[in-house]
Amino acid sequence: MKIHEYQAKALLRKYGVAVPRGEMAETREQAEAVAKSLFAAAVNRVVVKAQIHAGGRGKGGGVKVAQSVEEATAIAGKILGMTLVTHQTGPEGRLVRRVLIEETLPIEKELYAGIVIDRGEAKPVFMASAAGGMEIEQIAAENPAAIFKEYVEPGMGLEAFQARKLVFQLGLGSQHLPEAVRFMTGLYRAFRETDASLLEINPFGSCPDGRLFALDAKINFDDNALFRHPEIREMRDLAEEDPLEVEASKYNLNYIRLEGNVGCMVNGAGLAMATMDIIKHAGGMPANFLDVGGGANAEQVTHAFAILLGDKHVKAVLINIFGGILRVDTLARGVVEASRKTNIQLPIVLRLEGTNVAAGREILRDSGLNLIVADTMQDAAEKVVAAAGSR
Amino acid sequence: MSILIDKSTRVVVQGLTGREGTFHAKTCAEYGTKIVGGVTPGKGGTTHEGWPVFNTVQEAVDRTGADASIIFVPPAAAADAIMEAADAEIELIVAITEGIPTLDMVRAWEFLQNRRARLIGPNCPGVISPGKSKIGIMPGHIHREGPVGIVSRSGTLTYEAVFQLTTRNLGQSTAIGIGGDPIIGTSFVDVLELFNKDPQTEIVVMIGEIGGHAEETAAAYVKAHMKKPVIGFIAGQTAPPGRRMGHAGAIISGGTGTASEKIKAMEDAGIRVTRSPAEIGETVVAAMGVKV
Repeated sequence: MKIHEYQAKALLRKYGVAVPRGEMAETREQAEAVAKSLFAAAVNRVVVKAQIHAGGRGKGGGVKVAQSVEEATAIAGKILGMTLVTHQTGPEGRLVRRVLIEETLPIEKELYAGIVIDRGEAKPVFMASAAGGMEIEQIAAENPAAIFKEYVEPGMGLEAFQARKLVFQLGLGSQHLPEAVRFMTGLYRAFRETDASLLEINPFGSCPDGRLFALDAKINFDDNALFRHPEIREMRDLAEEDPLEVEASKYNLNYIRLEGNVGCMVNGAGLAMATMDIIKHAGGMPANFLDVGGGANAEQVTHAFAILLGDKHVKAVLINIFGGILRVDTLARGVVEASRKTNIQLPIVLRLEGTNVAAGREILRDSGLNLIVADTMQDAAEKVVAAAGSR
Repeated sequence: MSILIDKSTRVVVQGLTGREGTFHAKTCAEYGTKIVGGVTPGKGGTTHEGWPVFNTVQEAVDRTGADASIIFVPPAAAADAIMEAADAEIELIVAITEGIPTLDMVRAWEFLQNRRARLIGPNCPGVISPGKSKIGIMPGHIHREGPVGIVSRSGTLTYEAVFQLTTRNLGQSTAIGIGGDPIIGTSFVDVLELFNKDPQTEIVVMIGEIGGHAEETAAAYVKAHMKKPVIGFIAGQTAPPGRRMGHAGAIISGGTGTASEKIKAMEDAGIRVTRSPAEIGETVVAAMGVKV
């Protein structure tokens, strides 16, 4: 799960990580009030930042500096309601519904800090670089030696000596020491205690007087751990997600919308990816990834069907099920029920194999529905691509 | 021979009394697996479907001589269940549970270091040595005994590969799903080492997917040490970057973990990688034909 920058900053504040003073605004009026209070507090410049779940906002025109309340209000008015296009939003862009207005600070250097799980080491790793503002992937590709890493021992935290090592490697002077240790260990505690999967401060800034500030903040959370963080679940912004994906998540279905016109419903993530691959192989393009899971029931299949058909680009549907836990007859009943309910007009190609396959095929045959049955994955892919192409 | 499990493996089911645990314990037993009991804290002393239930894994081990465990415990308590099994000196722990928080697995993984247990999974279908034993949730009837070793990050895609082999009269020595999570107990390399030493296994099918670098590491191992032919497939050639494709570990992040990188590393190591998932079986047949 992702959250906005302003939410991430509020969370970091609780862990003793310094962030610029500021507040989120959803309207021009709110923005004006925030700007007024900041300028009243002896701030002489503010920055107005579009809040969307995508990076590259600055380049897209979603981050602007203002010298006065009037200017800040005008900028906020422009950014709110704009469709922001960045390299992460895709060409359709993202509607901006919120802005963050913050004080600017006398920043001397901009640096990078990030925490992820290193899969090979099975440990969290704290990464830092003096090249703040650059994407870490780019640094990793161009100059990996510029990234400093400290692995965190499970059950312990990021220790003070590790933070000190990073401070000196980054070339920050000793005037930053106590503050930097608090800053970095605070970031790790935030990561650990919220079950984050990624925490990225790009950049953080150092001031000549020794202070450090998180100037940007990105935190993603482990979906599997949200059950123990109700306060984080509440920060989810459904407006930032695809409506069909939101709908799918209600029924524990793994659905990701893609660009093509062949809808697919598969059980198991690996087989679902492989099904997308074979559709492409057969000359078509998948419209989605949809894993109904190993233990799906008829009701879930019905919901999955409705979601699949909610995408108007879909011209034909491929159902590829290898029944293990999910029995083929259960799936077949779900398909028949869903086809009747949704009065589906699109061609459906089915490829079923596994537990109770004979009973499943019988249910489909007796349903009277117009279904195209395929024998193998290859056969199914060819049939569905042909069906989608001819429409 | 087969790897990891055989007819003598004695299995305790952690989470036996739950719906999934009950269902799969029965299908494993029907397949011939020696299920010796279950563990459900608080239900010790009762019996369930004819099996004795214990409060702790230690008690189950002491009373039944169990040397393997299969875990159906819900995600919130599953990492704890893994550690409990390891603490009771279970040798093989198969964790089926999907959805364990990653940081819980970080702890469990650390706990397993310097202990004798081998963990398969989590978020996996388990292990089957056809004709001998099945500690997992895969449909047993699609398998048959034979020379092909299978190792995969997926569940149903593994069944697909098995099915393609069986319908071509090629049986399997052992098929292992190592799991779709970012942190798993047994890697491709661990399993390849075992297949390399196993006399029954003549050829190996390795099914990877996007995310992480486990396939690249495995490719390096194959290049340096593997004495048997390896056939590969990578799922997610059409997956978009930055999106988690069902499995918690299946994500292209920062432009790395893509199918094309993995395929390249594997082919450089001499692995025959099929681009189509429908051609796994045929590719094995062809490779075996060449070998003979």
